[in-house]
Amino acid sequence: MSCALPAFVASSAAEPAPPFAVLMELTHRCPLRCPYCSNPVALDSASAELDTTTWKRVLDEAADVGALQVHFSGGEPCVRKDLEELVAHATEIGLYSNLITSAVLLDQPRLERLQRAGLQHVQISLQDSEAAGADRVGGFKGGHAKKLEVARAVVAQGLALTINAVLHRHNIDRVNEVIDLAMKLGAGRIEIANVQYYGWALANRAALMPSREQLLAMDAAVRARLPELAGRIVVDYVVPDYYARRPKSCMGGWARRFMNVTPRGRVLPCHAAETIPGMKFETVHDRSLSDIWRDGPAFTRYRGTDWMPEPCQSCDHKEEDWGGCRCQALALAGSADATDPVCELSPAHTDVAVLRDRDAAALGTEWTYRGL
Amino acid sequence: MNAIAPHVAETDRLRLAPGVMLRNDRRRDQWMLMAPERLLVLDEMALAIVRACVGPEIADVAAGIDRLTVEYDAPRTEIAADVLEMLTDLRNKGYVVT
Repeated sequence: MSCALPAFVASSAAEPAPPFAVLMELTHRCPLRCPYCSNPVALDSASAELDTTTWKRVLDEAADVGALQVHFSGGEPCVRKDLEELVAHATEIGLYSNLITSAVLLDQPRLERLQRAGLQHVQISLQDSEAAGADRVGGFKGGHAKKLEVARAVVAQGLALTINAVLHRHNIDRVNEVIDLAMKLGAGRIEIANVQYYGWALANRAALMPSREQLLAMDAAVRARLPELAGRIVVDYVVPDYYARRPKSCMGGWARRFMNVTPRGRVLPCHAAETIPGMKFETVHDRSLSDIWRDGPAFTRYRGTDWMPEPCQSCDHKEEDWGGCRCQALALAGSADATDPVCELSPAHTDVAVLRDRDAAALGTEWTYRGL
Repeated sequence: MNAIAPHVAETDRLRLAPGVMLRNDRRRDQWMLMAPERLLVLDEMALAIVRACVGPEIADVAAGIDRLTVEYDAPRTEIAADVLEMLTDLRNKGYVVT
């Protein structure tokens, strides 16, 4: 996840600056089955989900810890019948509400109810610029058409719309068409999100990895358009990890800007952190978000720069990229404590290129749909 | 290819983009523009510019510059240059729209 937020100033060394936002994964249930889903491979069942009362308490604690925004996410958050009630509660306590959705379960009446509850912004994922490709990736017939209909309703109601376009081998050649579609829909912002290989996407990497030629063509197309898009649509664009020379500032730095609460109430520094072995995660039943944010063992483990190995420790960029991504270091270098191998200074950097080129050449690989 | 977006002009009328709101965060003692999945902390000058130049009740950017010229007792040309630069930046980042 990329962001350009100002870092809030810590009041003391023992008291970290408050988070900007809390991501609430209300559920792992989703009608779509995208093979690059960012949810963990082991999904929480509906029966394990926190109830309405508990989510409201978590919202209260999010405001208490100093978060300014809440991202209602999932899975598909609209499967929760209490979504309006939770948005209304967030509004009441002064939190800004974002809805991160596939949109296929939304309709205009529900959007109006959500807006009345105080919702400000809807982020809708598109799987492609074309219905056939999009519905195949999502594994949901008619999904693309439904998304376009809901996106138009979002704009017509005066809510902010972001289009989240996830790019991979099968749609990266249509990046221009995706941008055009987002503008035609009236989106204020587009996330050009190359697949990040965690969870389901990691398992499906050989079915998704674009070629170097595809990547270069996409990158050139996007960069050529950025000047004309300025002032018309905000573009959040990050070079895909496996083709990058420097790591992304994942989550804006570990435990610096975000908290993530899973459907069953585990509190994580990022949504993929559960893949890291030996981490102790607290739940919303154990301690408050403020306590967990301040000194929860999972949060302090990679916060700041003290944990960094060389070459990170003596690197001028260490307070820009915060050491990149711990989950990626685990997936590619075998240890979450290692330098993110996406960085060209990592001893494992050349291994990334080998994996990438092998997977990019594995044309014809079928993906496995996400499923319970 | 379309033309590069022009600078904000004095004749433009600006409003906050959908989903953007001016908020004061008392805990941090900061004014900010709250926006979709983002925010922008405003310093004193930026806050004055937003208040003077952005909103449905404001005739146009020129009216805002006039007001700031009086408030800050500075040459209008200097104020105008700073204001237009900042508003162009805010528009390019999606916080305000024409």
